[in-house]
Amino acid sequence: MAKLAKSPWLLHYDASSCNGCDIEVLDCTTPRFDIERFGIINTGDPFQADILLVTGGVNAQSEAVVKQIYSQMPNPKVVVAVGICACTGGVFKECYNIKGGVDTVIPVDVYVPGCAARPQAIIDGVVKALEILDKKRRDYAQARKSGQADEAEGGNEPWNT
Amino acid sequence: MEYLNTIEPVTLEQFMPEVVSLKMQGWHVTQLCAARVPEGYELSYTFGREYDLRTLRLTVAEDQPVSSITQIFPSAFLQENEAAELFGVKIENIEKDYNGRLYRISRETPFKEKG
Amino acid sequence: MAKQSIVPFGPQHPVLPEPVHLDLVLEDETVVKAVPSIGFVHRGLEKLVELKDFKQYVYIAERVCGICSFGHGLGYCQCVEDIMGVEAPRRAAYLRTIWMEMSRVHSHLLWLGLLADALGFESLFMQSWRLREKILDMFDLTTGGRIIFSVNCIGGVLKDMDSGMLVQISRTVDEIERELRPVADTFLRDVTVGSRLNGLGVLSAEDAKGMGAVGPMLRASGVPYDSRLTGYAAYGDLSVEPITATAGDSMARCEVRIREIYQSFRLIREAIAKIPQGDIAVPVKGNPNGESFMRIEQPRGEAIYYVKANGTKFLDRFRLRTPTTSNIPPMLDLLRGCQLADVALLILTIDPCISCTER
Repeated sequence: MAKLAKSPWLLHYDASSCNGCDIEVLDCTTPRFDIERFGIINTGDPFQADILLVTGGVNAQSEAVVKQIYSQMPNPKVVVAVGICACTGGVFKECYNIKGGVDTVIPVDVYVPGCAARPQAIIDGVVKALEILDKKRRDYAQARKSGQADEAEGGNEPWNT
Repeated sequence: MEYLNTIEPVTLEQFMPEVVSLKMQGWHVTQLCAARVPEGYELSYTFGREYDLRTLRLTVAEDQPVSSITQIFPSAFLQENEAAELFGVKIENIEKDYNGRLYRISRETPFKEKG
Repeated sequence: MAKQSIVPFGPQHPVLPEPVHLDLVLEDETVVKAVPSIGFVHRGLEKLVELKDFKQYVYIAERVCGICSFGHGLGYCQCVEDIMGVEAPRRAAYLRTIWMEMSRVHSHLLWLGLLADALGFESLFMQSWRLREKILDMFDLTTGGRIIFSVNCIGGVLKDMDSGMLVQISRTVDEIERELRPVADTFLRDVTVGSRLNGLGVLSAEDAKGMGAVGPMLRASGVPYDSRLTGYAAYGDLSVEPITATAGDSMARCEVRIREIYQSFRLIREAIAKIPQGDIAVPVKGNPNGESFMRIEQPRGEAIYYVKANGTKFLDRFRLRTPTTSNIPPMLDLLRGCQLADVALLILTIDPCISCTER
């Protein structure tokens, strides 16, 4: 990661997590780990976010919320599944109300395992996501130039529909 | 510290008067839980006062309606809704009845049957 | 009468780290009714007792919630120990107490940070969480985990602390105590913090008792109730005094939590001074048969654990009544009549833990 094209904004959603990974995600923004040194800002607004961090497996009720937040984010976007529950369902995989990992609902780009995932691992995952975001951005620009933005990710932008 | 922690079986007829008298004596609801037993459901209502705990144990058949205690102890509404939704206990006249839409789970009464 | 409107609040809200949804019925800016809808974090883990045996279930119980994780493991283990007639060795009881009190410090510092964040006081948020990191380092040192430790087992604990660790814990406690002073003073004396918290959401002692409020919420209304006095783990040997305030408003709840942090420091020091030598676990044979209710004073208040066993490896029922379940009815009562802008703050002052509540 030589340089970043711009400062990506990060959105966090708790799908059904036990709080463990959530507070570690919040911890990443505090002085000890300071994810802001990568130019990343934690936002609460999906319309301005580039990176979606999801913690916890998806259940009957959070499924719709996760899908909605994902669709509200502008393209290109990346999704990071934080913690083993978000990756596969973890210890709660067999629960009646857990559908499984986040990838059963939306496409996931980076998986960060751990229970709870450590801040170092989360930062590692986010930095990986930045590379993917850069690549997606280039592909997306290319596609728009050649007028195929609809086929590339970006079909849901107002000017494309 | 010495304190009370008892489980007392009660019948459906004794139950309501007992709850009312607990209320009069200044007890509050601390816990309400259902468990599945072969003959139906086992409902445990735990009341607390100072450091004492008293649990009233009610055993009811599967389709036996139980009247809600929310008229007497309004703060029990969340836990009664939970027992009704997850176990299928027929609790009648809950104040703030969610009608089985508290957790909004995809499976109906998951605790009713094993597995 | 002014026109009523309904404002949805949540589930994804910048102030709340966890998803909860409220429908707020407003008359102009005043809330006349709040209807909660929960279930965003419901997993149904109580039903896992049918799939995991009673020893494996310790790990599930610890994962009810990532903040009160240690206490949930402890409550579950105490229930099963009670049914089986097993008593954990004294050293294990002391170790449990030290971890429990460290969890309380970590949880209250976390809450202070979230409160500062809700007030828009960013630097105070960062300071609270900076201090919290030191406690997490101690968890890391003694258990190998920062959030979820998995050190409880039925019959004791899995890891011991050597004298070097105990010394380091007491040093860290001294350090945090020193550095907490200016942070605590800001919370309690700062004009802007005071103008948001003073007089907001007053809960009377009668209401608190009648509606079954627990923990700092109850004690801030002047009721001296603390289930640590029942003497589980090593609390019977230590000097626990319930910490109370009289005002019953949001500031009182903040004050109680801050004073509880200092109390925890005292208890940790006392436990380190008194900890006996010996085994940390006793072997457990056979399967539990019977039932038991247990209480643990979690950082958020009293939690009740219920285990019903039938003599096989698999339990019949595990039930957990969390502090937040008890604190939601008084919270709804407080919301009635408050201003829309204060809703987030009021919800935060009960220190809600949604993932505990919904399990």
